[in-house]
Amino acid sequence: MTGSPAAPSGTVGARVEVIGMSASYGRTRVLDNVRLTVEPGGWLAVIGPNGSGKSTLLRSILGFHAHDGLVRVDGAPTSGMPRRERARQLAYSPQRPVLPEAVSTRDYVALGRTPHRALLAPPRAVDRQVVEDVMERLGLDGMADRLLRTLSGGEQQRAVLARALAQQPRVLLLDEPTAALDLGHAQQVLDLVDRLRRQDGLTVLSSLHDLTLAGQYADRLALLSAGRVAVEGSPADVLTAAALQTHYGARAQVVTGPSGPVVLPIRAPG
Amino acid sequence: MLGGTGLALALAVLAGVGVGAIPLAPGAVVATLLDRALDAVGVQVPGGLQGSDAAVLLQLRLPRVLLAALVGAGLAISGAAYQGVFRNPLADPYLLGAAAGAGLGATLVIAYAPVQSVGPVGIVPLAAFAGALVGVGCALALGTAAGGSHSATLLLAGVAVASFLAAGQTLIQQQNSEDLRAVYGWLLGQLGRAQWSDVGLVLPYLGVACVVLLLCGRALDVLAVGDDEARSLGVHPGRLRVIVLLAASLATASAVAVSGLIGFVGLIVPHIARRLVGGSHALVLPVSLLAGGAFLVLADLVARVVLAPAELPLGVVTAFIGAPFFAGLLWMGARRR
Repeated sequence: MTGSPAAPSGTVGARVEVIGMSASYGRTRVLDNVRLTVEPGGWLAVIGPNGSGKSTLLRSILGFHAHDGLVRVDGAPTSGMPRRERARQLAYSPQRPVLPEAVSTRDYVALGRTPHRALLAPPRAVDRQVVEDVMERLGLDGMADRLLRTLSGGEQQRAVLARALAQQPRVLLLDEPTAALDLGHAQQVLDLVDRLRRQDGLTVLSSLHDLTLAGQYADRLALLSAGRVAVEGSPADVLTAAALQTHYGARAQVVTGPSGPVVLPIRAPG
Repeated sequence: MLGGTGLALALAVLAGVGVGAIPLAPGAVVATLLDRALDAVGVQVPGGLQGSDAAVLLQLRLPRVLLAALVGAGLAISGAAYQGVFRNPLADPYLLGAAAGAGLGATLVIAYAPVQSVGPVGIVPLAAFAGALVGVGCALALGTAAGGSHSATLLLAGVAVASFLAAGQTLIQQQNSEDLRAVYGWLLGQLGRAQWSDVGLVLPYLGVACVVLLLCGRALDVLAVGDDEARSLGVHPGRLRVIVLLAASLATASAVAVSGLIGFVGLIVPHIARRLVGGSHALVLPVSLLAGGAFLVLADLVARVVLAPAELPLGVVTAFIGAPFFAGLLWMGARRR
């Protein structure tokens, strides 16, 4: 690693292990004994039909949702970790980020420095430097002083990503980072995440509903169905017409495209 | 901007102590205050007020103006804190039962208490202070027990507690209609009987509460991005919410104890502050503090001058000044967009 200042110091890209994770909403069990491993610098995309537990899995890994089971980051269980220490390891972008009103893009990105500095003190020079570097890297330097709410959808998603990167985490957890974006902007954001992963060695764990994009960008897929990992493996192993029929109830054909499997929906006859 | 608001507060205080039946020149006022302040180190400042003018300043105007500044500052910073905690621009310091609790406490002692004061301290302020804290305490306890300090659950708990306490107050008023005037006089807010002892009474509580709130500004900025994201940044949203609400409620209870219920300051001043300095609580809280102080000093000045020697209820004045001013701000904001 040749550290760009926005990259975390020391080793980046932690191994993430999820062992025997179960979680419920009330009496309804939404995760059932999930076991996953993401290698350092790997990108695991969790796919699965609506309601299969993708968001709950991410929130449970972060410790936001009550669960049984264990999460280990480079072997260290997160359950015993102080809150701020965990925030220096894992950064999170939710499916629908809350964008505060009347806050500039720079101030928003600077919130990512929270786990690195005293909460009562103003930002230090190093914090400001990391924020400037991250914004430049994500092409946000031209809109640092604009209000976050006035940015376009794609720019806002990049700002959320910048806030997560300003945390200098070892793992990025992204819940549907392309949910609100059109195809071109979705590709931009995924290219960006891929570049960060390759340059910094960051580990990425994301949920993605677009199966073709998931197969193109992630190196491993885990298909979650009714709270269990139904299939896990390389995109070609997981994205099969049979699996889509079984778990999504979808009629689809999977063909081999120029950059991985492509899922083609098939219209019902008649 | 912080400096500008501080200057506005200083000017408001000078106007507040200078204007009245006996006008006092600002230069002489400053000289008198400097003289008193530097007396301890043996420095004399010439040109100060003499005789009855000095007494008017030091015994009548100054405690009243300082009390107005403290109450306004406390209500405004509490309002900014409540709006931040609930991520709701319509939140105000009375939201969680502080007003209803204070109202019930004051009504109870006005109707039933056998004595008027405990030592030098009036019993109505004490009862209002205790009532406000009990009201917010019940709402927080109920809300956290029911929903783990989610903001919506807290709000609903506040609504339940406030309506229960308000019903209790109405019941007591019904049975003691001869006390209605005294209760309403108190409810509408006033600073007419302000003394140095009132300043001493609220200053410690307000001081502690305001320091806590000012320290929480940056944490509130983190909370503004949502509970999950705050957690992912290492902040405990539930704990922060309770700390901020307790501090804001302590400030509100102290303010209510000495001035009754003064509406509008806690709701509107934070909005004005946000228009001046943007959305960051690290700035909105201190600017609200200073602007709230200035606003209430000026409102109290209007309250005692317009119908002199009679006085308008302060709560009426804050609404009369505040509402058009805020409407103007909204209108200008809409045109700019």
